[in-house]
Amino acid sequence: MSQWEKKLNKIDDYRWEIPKDYKPGMRVPGLIYASEAMLKSILEEQSLEQVANVAFLPGIVQHSLAMPDIHSGYGFPIGGVAATTVKDGVISPGGVGYDINCGVRLLRTNLTEEEVRPKIKELINELFTNVPSGLGSEGKIRITERELDKVMIKGARWAIEHGFGFSEDLEVTEEEGCLDGANPEKISTKAKKRGIPQLGTLGSGNHFLEVQVVSEIYERDIAKVMGIDQVGQVLVLIHTGSRGFGHQVCSDHLRIMEVVVQKKYGISLPDRELACVPINSEEGKDYLAAMACAANYAWTNRQCITHWTRESFVKIMGKSLSELGMKQIYDVAHNIAKMEKYSVNDKDLTLCVHRKGATRAFPAGHKDIPQRYKRVGQPVLIPGDMGRCSYIATGTDKAMRESFGSTCHGAGRAQSRTAARRSLRGAEVARELESRGITVKTGSISSLAEEASQAYKDVTDVVEVAHQAGISRKVAMAVPIGVIKG
Amino acid sequence: MSEEVERTFEIINHTADVGIIAYGANIKQAFANAALALFSLITEPKDIEERLQRDLEITAEDEPALLVEWLNELIYLFDVEYILFNRFEIDSLTKTQLKARCYGEKIRPQWHKLKTGVKAATYHMLKIDKNGGGYKIRVIFDI
Repeated sequence: MSQWEKKLNKIDDYRWEIPKDYKPGMRVPGLIYASEAMLKSILEEQSLEQVANVAFLPGIVQHSLAMPDIHSGYGFPIGGVAATTVKDGVISPGGVGYDINCGVRLLRTNLTEEEVRPKIKELINELFTNVPSGLGSEGKIRITERELDKVMIKGARWAIEHGFGFSEDLEVTEEEGCLDGANPEKISTKAKKRGIPQLGTLGSGNHFLEVQVVSEIYERDIAKVMGIDQVGQVLVLIHTGSRGFGHQVCSDHLRIMEVVVQKKYGISLPDRELACVPINSEEGKDYLAAMACAANYAWTNRQCITHWTRESFVKIMGKSLSELGMKQIYDVAHNIAKMEKYSVNDKDLTLCVHRKGATRAFPAGHKDIPQRYKRVGQPVLIPGDMGRCSYIATGTDKAMRESFGSTCHGAGRAQSRTAARRSLRGAEVARELESRGITVKTGSISSLAEEASQAYKDVTDVVEVAHQAGISRKVAMAVPIGVIKG
Repeated sequence: MSEEVERTFEIINHTADVGIIAYGANIKQAFANAALALFSLITEPKDIEERLQRDLEITAEDEPALLVEWLNELIYLFDVEYILFNRFEIDSLTKTQLKARCYGEKIRPQWHKLKTGVKAATYHMLKIDKNGGGYKIRVIFDI
């Protein structure tokens, strides 16, 4: 703490700056969104050093940013945002992460807690059976390599064309579920082999599917536009990404960049995981084409899981989809790099915005958000841990001016997985949740301890900082009543 | 005997993920123990029987990259072919090339208790240290 205390500049109650002269090589200062209390826990690990390291990236503009849920990652911190100029900046796979387009999707229903509570065990069991999850599990979708190429190119639309959902789901998905520029030729055989059996699977670790109940509404009009009408309404939140496919894409391209970053491009970096290349280089274009394939795979994955979720609700609740009103509210990526336009120092620039554990938060009126949300701003979905709550927020103009249209993405870990395992037992965690009215079903009871509330920061504090700093605006809160963990 | 010879590996803390420290009297043994540590994260190595053998040949531009590639290849085989390994015989190892025979079996869902899904070995905090008593390797995994 003391070492950093002297070096950090307090801007206001929610903003802290790492000055550019903190270490030689930083091209811009660091900017951290945090309250004083949160900063204490942030300082206990090395994530601020990582914020400073990201500031080394050629072409980075304005700030190396850290959202309030920041914690230590590889190269980039988790909760890190960095924008580089497309003209002479770099792309860094570490700024996207291994799980490319890990993200969340939120569905609404017409159901209330009173209707679902009596059937929650049945519902969770059905969801657990219907949505493949867990380690070593194969998906239900059998595709050939050629078909996988189509998934990479079309994204969520591939799933719609195969009967998994409706085209109106696409309208409320970031990028309409398909990032341009995907090229399957840039994908290794290894990545394809990992991708084929895992399409349509939730995965393990921190991925989940949650049945939630709206517990508070802060902005009634905005909530209404999203289809959130009342406290007690049932929602479903799906959190997963591109599975082993995305990890392989990241590893493959990190390896390529590792070799050329210094030798060919003369870029010196303080951390190997920050390996990067100019956006306009051959290696940079190849990575972006491969990243788009993985992003599209992830959107397809969430689309398929959405379909099985709807199926499970229809079966257990004994109502039709239209009676259930199971429409998608939104789907956001929180590990991705996007080309976006910003005004920096009165200059209009196209920037490559790296969001590593951060959510896009575009304001009302932005051209890239669906018609439905033009007036209220893009929905921002911020899941907490399974014992607490999740938030729905919207993007703001301030985020456009200050954080490259980005805000926080979740609670952020406070305790390591091994420490959580040491202090808690999975079975106890399940019992404790059960006693609080949260039904949990998991493929691995022992790993449940790793995902316990105690292992995470309180998402309420995180969302509050983002709200007070003005980079997103709280709309509603929801609490879990049933959880599936891989 | 030094402690590096006696110890095989240990699991270490990292906020979002998990790491290992592997020991070895020589570099081959340290690489083999790192692989064993990897599978100890996924399941109980004592539950893995030697029912199949895979011969691997890995090349990379330097030693840290070779270590990452070696572990990533094993993760790949687990992810795609569902193979769990528990014994590794490293026949040759230079700074840029590794040849190994790996022994294990495919997952038996009713038998193996799977713990953590490991997705990738990373360069984060990666260390290969040589001291008087042998080698010590540190790797953080993305899970």
